[in-house]
Formats: sequence, structure tokens, C-alpha cells
Amino acid sequence: MRKASQLGDVTDMTDTTFDFSGKPIAITAEGLAKSFLGVVAVNGIDLQVKPGELMALLGPSGSGKTTLLRLFAGLETPTAGRILFGDEDATHLPVRERRVGFMFQHYALFKHMSVAENVAYGLHVRPRRLRPSGAEIRKRAEDLLELVQLPGLGKRYPAQLSGGQRQRVALARALAVEPRVLLLDEPFGALDAQVRRDLRRWLRELHDRTGHTTLFVTHDQEEALELADRVAILNRGRLEQLGGADDILDHPATPFVAGFVGDAVRLSVSVEAGWISLGRGKVPAPFQFPAGPAELFIRPYDLTLAHSTGHGTFTGKVVGTRRVGSARRAELILEDGLPSVEVTLPLEHAVLKGEELHLNLLTMRLFPAR
Amino acid sequence: MRETALTESRPLQWLLIAAAVAFLALFLVLPLVAVFIEALHRGIEPLLATYADEDTLAAIYLTLIVAAITVPLNLVFGLAAAWAIAKFEFRGKSLLISLIDLPFSVSPVVSGLTFVLLFGAQGVFGSALDAWDIKIIFAVPGIVLATIFVTFPFIARELIPLMQEQGTSEEEAALTLGASGLRTFMTVTLPNVRWALLYGVLLCNARAMGEFGAVSVVSGHIRGLTNTMPLQVEILYNEYNFVGAFAVSALLAGLALVTLVAKSILEWRHAEGLSTGRRH
Amino acid sequence: MTVSKVTGQRFTFVRPSALPGFGITLGFATTYLSLIVLLPLVVLVWRASALGLDGIWKVATTPRVMAALEVSFMTSALAALLNAFFGTLVAWVLVRYDFPGRRLLDAAVDLPFALPTAVAGIALAALYAPNGWIGALFAPWGIKIAFTPLGIFIALVFIGLPFVVRTVQPVLQDFEREVEEASATLGATRLQTVFRVVLPALVPALVTGVALAFARAVGEYGSVIFIAGNIPFVSEIAPLLIVTRLEEFDYAGASAIAVVMLTISFVALLIINSVQALSRRRYEGA
Repeated sequence: MRKASQLGDVTDMTDTTFDFSGKPIAITAEGLAKSFLGVVAVNGIDLQVKPGELMALLGPSGSGKTTLLRLFAGLETPTAGRILFGDEDATHLPVRERRVGFMFQHYALFKHMSVAENVAYGLHVRPRRLRPSGAEIRKRAEDLLELVQLPGLGKRYPAQLSGGQRQRVALARALAVEPRVLLLDEPFGALDAQVRRDLRRWLRELHDRTGHTTLFVTHDQEEALELADRVAILNRGRLEQLGGADDILDHPATPFVAGFVGDAVRLSVSVEAGWISLGRGKVPAPFQFPAGPAELFIRPYDLTLAHSTGHGTFTGKVVGTRRVGSARRAELILEDGLPSVEVTLPLEHAVLKGEELHLNLLTMRLFPAR
Repeated sequence: MRETALTESRPLQWLLIAAAVAFLALFLVLPLVAVFIEALHRGIEPLLATYADEDTLAAIYLTLIVAAITVPLNLVFGLAAAWAIAKFEFRGKSLLISLIDLPFSVSPVVSGLTFVLLFGAQGVFGSALDAWDIKIIFAVPGIVLATIFVTFPFIARELIPLMQEQGTSEEEAALTLGASGLRTFMTVTLPNVRWALLYGVLLCNARAMGEFGAVSVVSGHIRGLTNTMPLQVEILYNEYNFVGAFAVSALLAGLALVTLVAKSILEWRHAEGLSTGRRH
Repeated sequence: MTVSKVTGQRFTFVRPSALPGFGITLGFATTYLSLIVLLPLVVLVWRASALGLDGIWKVATTPRVMAALEVSFMTSALAALLNAFFGTLVAWVLVRYDFPGRRLLDAAVDLPFALPTAVAGIALAALYAPNGWIGALFAPWGIKIAFTPLGIFIALVFIGLPFVVRTVQPVLQDFEREVEEASATLGATRLQTVFRVVLPALVPALVTGVALAFARAVGEYGSVIFIAGNIPFVSEIAPLLIVTRLEEFDYAGASAIAVVMLTISFVALLIINSVQALSRRRYEGA
């Protein structure tokens, strides 16, 4: 209930005295692998997060993304490969010496400590010679709480905060140790949709201000594509593709990426003499595409209505329509036995069930069948 | 093994395990072992002689009788209390729950004393009972009452949390399907709580058979008549008949072991049928 | 949620329900409870109140009663403290480490609940007597365990241990691994994590367990009297003094001591409840 009133100020960044010192560094995985009792979670990953970059690790559950994040943090030890922090080999650096800011999916706040004590914890546990004075620690905690827009809440306990507030306390706590990199595990996973969207923008702005090298895990592709500079897509412990949103969406490197990102429908087709047969029509296959069974991925915006029939067009039978925002989507069957695909239509274009539409395919995402 | 930032080093782990094991062995296991060794160290014959003794047999018999009266009564109470508390919302519920646990915070001797004050010769009902020639204190009814008092919460406190966790939806479903209230209880509620019920019965029975302080106050220690097994242990011990005392103790220790084993089996095999606090 | 339920039904005793049997079960339960538990306790308090507060005070402050209460409370407190330490250790080892025999050890923790107190009493007395297995080890140094307050302490450690283990264990079990990992990523050593993060979170449970062990120990009779020696002013515990008074037919005296002990148990209970309520309110946002 309190969430709503707190949200207004989440996104407007007020100036604070927080000073982030230190140059961002790159973090690198080289041939990194991890298996648990013989089950492979991460299977030889090479990946570099550039200094100051905001990168998302995207993948379905069980793809190894959280394990990869925990390997970077030192919460897991790799079975093979290396981890570099800048130029330093951090593979066997104990977790407490890595200086990573790790934010857990459910925040893992210390329930018996006040918010201020939570934030100050990382400074309190430093060896005596590196520990700031009590007054300095208090000041730092206050500044951080201001940075995450929770000024004055230091005396509260985590249980007295909303989900969004807890998330920001967790972030402040992670930032307090002046981390060299920020590692966030499903940072928005435990929040409801509205709070999520606002915090997403806020996190992006915070990142732009503090400039931390940041790696975050998510299973939400919209979140990854919107927030991150680059997205690393993981599947079964392997890196499928690394790139910006455009790359990933328009040039999926593997059938998995093509199917995982965007609301793609996968059609099993066959390629013969440079042509793909589709719904009483033929579509040209890419140049020199090998003949044989193939997988074609179609997203709603990949199809348009054809103005004339002829080469490169095919037909689909309407089995249903629905309204999506300012457009209409028709659900079509191209061939009996194939899953239905969707085409986006202008609102004024009304269609009837059973009607046949002539279609063009704008973007070709075709992979030889495995 | 992971590095020491997340867990203790292997040697430290073994050190802590060794300390815990040594502590438990010294304080818990050793006394139990001592019972059996003391009972057997003169050989089997004095042991059998104790078991053949009339007073011992009478004590065993009385102990069984007391448990046979106590456990069913507390069982019925436990079911009734748990049904009212777990399936309904009413005022004073938390007070009722605290009152049910009350006997746990009363010294057994004090509980025995209260019954002496009620039914003893100088007690509230003393003269009335005397007029009717009914004996409660220094007789079996007093022993039963004191035992019921000290074992009162055992079954209820296993059932209440479990039935609260289970809620009322299954019973409501049964009612909508046309079952009567009693039938719903017998076919839906009871099967759902059977393991917790058994668990409570085990604990209740162990305490009923083993209770000493409360029973000691109300029993009068009349040999062959008002001695339960624990009281028989005391008498034999005070007569320096150590083998006899440990022989009877061995029977009670055997009961404790059986209880522990059965309880552990319930915790391991039927954890989902027990309240959350009992699952480990 | 609960609040709205209650306020929504402000004027009724029970919230209407489709389930039957409320009246009969509640009626039976409260009647049985009143007869078996409440009536005897009320009579006890009534009997003691005949003495008046200053009468109770007079009984409670006679040197022998004072000495017995002191022995009871001191040994109970010390035993509870030792159990706080070892109970936490045992709970920790049982929850965190896997080793052969762990389940057996776990089951053994409940032995004091299952073993009749008189049996435990004579077994401990036999072990710690000057000629017993353990007593004989200390006898050459002139240390007597059985028949001294030290013996009482041993018996109360035995009786109290499961209370501490069984209240701490589930909390430790449910303690989120991530919280410890968070502490490590923030630069804490393992020792700092344990002492600043894990153990403080166990404190409410530990206080509860210790208070339960203490309350039980104060009232304990069977396991103590065999090993205590029962020497007035030295190793006589308060429950034994109640029995002695009863045997002298001094009902008022017995009741007065009983009421003092009851009061103290209830204070312990009150402490438990307020610790739990406080920690729930603060740490769980209930």
C-alpha cells in the first residue's frame, strides 16, 4: 500500500553528496565452467563485461545464468577456466576480497539490523586499519540512503519496508563497500509489475551516474533488452549470443535465440532448390542455404499482407483475431499440422474467420534443422 | 568443500562435531548406557527375580492402567480442542492456547500438591469424600488425575498447529459434497492428522508411564497398591536394592528408546503429516 | 488480515462457519481444561492466599526456604547458561554439517524428554557418585559431584538441553544461506559472519529455549533428588521442600512455596512471550 506513494520520487534523481571514486574495470570469463556433482551448470563460457558497461545475462531457468553470476562473485568455485577482474586473475580470490557488490534476488537483508546498520555492515567488518571512523561510516550510510532515495529510513528494520524499498536498501548496502563491479541477481524478480518498471528506469539512471561495471541476471527479455547495453543470452550453460538489442532481435545467431527472443513461432519447413514451401506458396531461401529440413522463426511483425499474389508470397487461413494495443493481430494457419502464426494488421482492416490472406515474409530467420 | 568465507574449515568442522558428540555422549547417552549396565552387571538372575517380584508386577500393571486411562482422555480432549481452535475463529482463542500449555510450566510437584489440596484429608473436598468413603489421594484416582494434568498438553499441541496449517477447505469441500459433520471429521480431518496424532500419543504415553514428581506426591507409596514403575524405582533405590531399581529402570529406559525410535521414524517418513516444527 | 477479520465481526463471539461442532468441542475442551488444570491451580492460589501476601512472604523468606530457592534458581540458571552454549553448538552441528551418525545424534537429543526422570536421576547418581564411573575420576582430587549442588547442576543440564536445541534448530534450519553469502560479499570473514549475522538472528530463539530450560529446571524433581543429597541449606531444592512440608502436613507452607515457584515460572513464560512478540514485530513485520 505504501509502495504507490513512494513511487513518485523513485525516478527523479536528486543530487546527493555520494561520491563514487575508482575507475570501473572489466570483468572477464575465460572458458569458465562449473558442474555440481556431475551436472553441468556452466559449460565453457567466454565473456567480457567492459568497464562501465551494463550487461544483462538472459536465459530460461536452468540456463546457468545465476551460476555464472555467482562464479564472478566467488560464491562458487569454477571447475575450469579463469575469471579476470581488470588484468588481475581473480579465479581463486576469496569472495570477501573480491569487492563485488552482489545483490541477491530476495535481497538477503540482515533482518535483525536496522536499515542503516545493513548499509554500514560492509564498512564495519573491514579490518581495523582499513575501517573508517564511526562518524564517517554513519555519514556514508546516510549518503547512500539518500542516493537510493530512502533518506531518513535508517532506523527502520527491513521488515518495515516495502519490496521496492528493500531492493534499494540492498543496492545501497552493496554500493557501500565501493565495489569494483556490481552483480545483480534478478534485481526486479521479487517486485510487482508497476514497481518493476519504475525501478528499472531508476537503476539505469543510477548506473549512468555511478558508472559501475554491472552484470545483472534476468529471465525477462523485455527487461534485458530495454535496460542493458549488451545482452548475453545463455542456454544450457552455454553463451548463445552476445550483443545489443538490435543484434539480438534482428540477427539471432542461433535457433535458440531466434526462438527465445520476441514472440517467435517455430515452423519446421524444408528447403528445396533454394525455395521454402509455405502455405500454397513459396518463399526464397537465403543464398546457398543447404537443402533439407530447416527451422523457420516467425514473429508477428515479420509478416505483412501482400498486395499481389506471385513469387515469394504465400497464404494463410485466419483462425482468430485479437486486439493488441493500437493494432489488430490475426492468427493464421499456413499449413495443416504447423503451429499458427500471427500477423499484425492495421486496425481498420477487419478480417473474418476462415478468410485467406496473402502474405509476405519481411525477415528471414532460417536455421538448418538440428 | 567450499572456501572458508562461506563455511568453516574442515578441521574446525570436525572439532565442533567432536565437541557436540562428546557433550551429548557424556550428558545424554552415558546415563542411558549406565542404566542397562547397572541392571545387568550382576547377571541375568537378579534381573529376572526383580521382574518376578509381586510388587514390581503390581507397579507395571498400575503403570499400564494409568496410561490406558490417561492417553485416551487426553486424546479426546486434544481432538476437541484442536477442532475448535484450528477450524474456527473466536474470541479468547490465544488465551485458550496458552492455558492448554499451562501444565508444562508448572512443576510436577506443584501439580501433585494441587490435587492434595483438592482431595486430601484436609483438602477442599476432603471431608465430603471421607463421608462417602471415596479415596482419591494416596489411591489410584489421584495418580490418574495427576498424570492427566502433567500430560494434558501433549496431544493437543501436536494437533493444533497442524490443523491450523491445513485450514478448513477440505472439510468445506466434504460438506458441499453432502457428507455429514461426523463423517467429514472421520473421513477427512482424522486421516489428515493421523501421524501427528500418533506422535502426540507417543509423547503423552511416554510421559504418562514415566511421570514421577506429581505421582509421587499423591501416591502415598503403598507397595503393591499405589506404586507405579517410577515410584518402584525410587523405593528399590532407597532400599539399596540397586540391581532391582535399575532392572525396573531398564524397562522404562526401553520404553523411552522405543518412543524415540518411533518418533524419529515419524519425523523422517511422515514429516508432511506433522506440524512444521516437527519436521527436520 | 487477521485484524480485519476481527474488526469485521466485532460483536460476535465466533465467526460464522459452515463447519459443525464448534459448540460441543469448545464446550468439552474448556470444561475438561477447567476441571483438570484450572480448578486445581485456583485452589492452590486460594489456599496460599489464606496466608495473605505477608504470610507467603514470611514463609518464602525463612532461611531454609530461601536457601532452597537459591539452590534451585542458581543451579537452574547455570545449567540453562551451559545449555545455551552447548545447545547452540549441537543445533549448529546437526543443521550445518553432515557426518555419519548425525540422525542418531539428532534423535538422541530428545532422550531427556523420553526417559522417565526417576530413571535419569538414579543413573546420574550412579555415574557421578564418588565410586561411579565419572565420580571416581574426580574423587582423587577431592571433587565431589553427586550429593552436592554440582550434582544438581548436572541433572538440570541433562533435563534442559533438548529445550535449547529444539528451539534453536528450526530457526537455524530456515536461516537463508543467501544472507551469509551477502555478508561474505560485503567483505566479512567467516567469523564475522557467524558472530554478527547468524548468531544475532538466533537470539530470540535462544532466549526462548533458555527460558524454557530454566523454567523446567526450577520445577524439576525426579532427576534431581537422587543426585542432590538433599542436605538442607546446601543441596535441597525448592520442589523437595514442598514435598517435605506436605509430609509434615504443613499444607499452607507447601502452598506458599508452590505459589512463589509458580509466579516465577509465569514470569519466565511472560519473558518468552514478549521476546517472541517483540522479535516478530521487529524482524518479521507481523
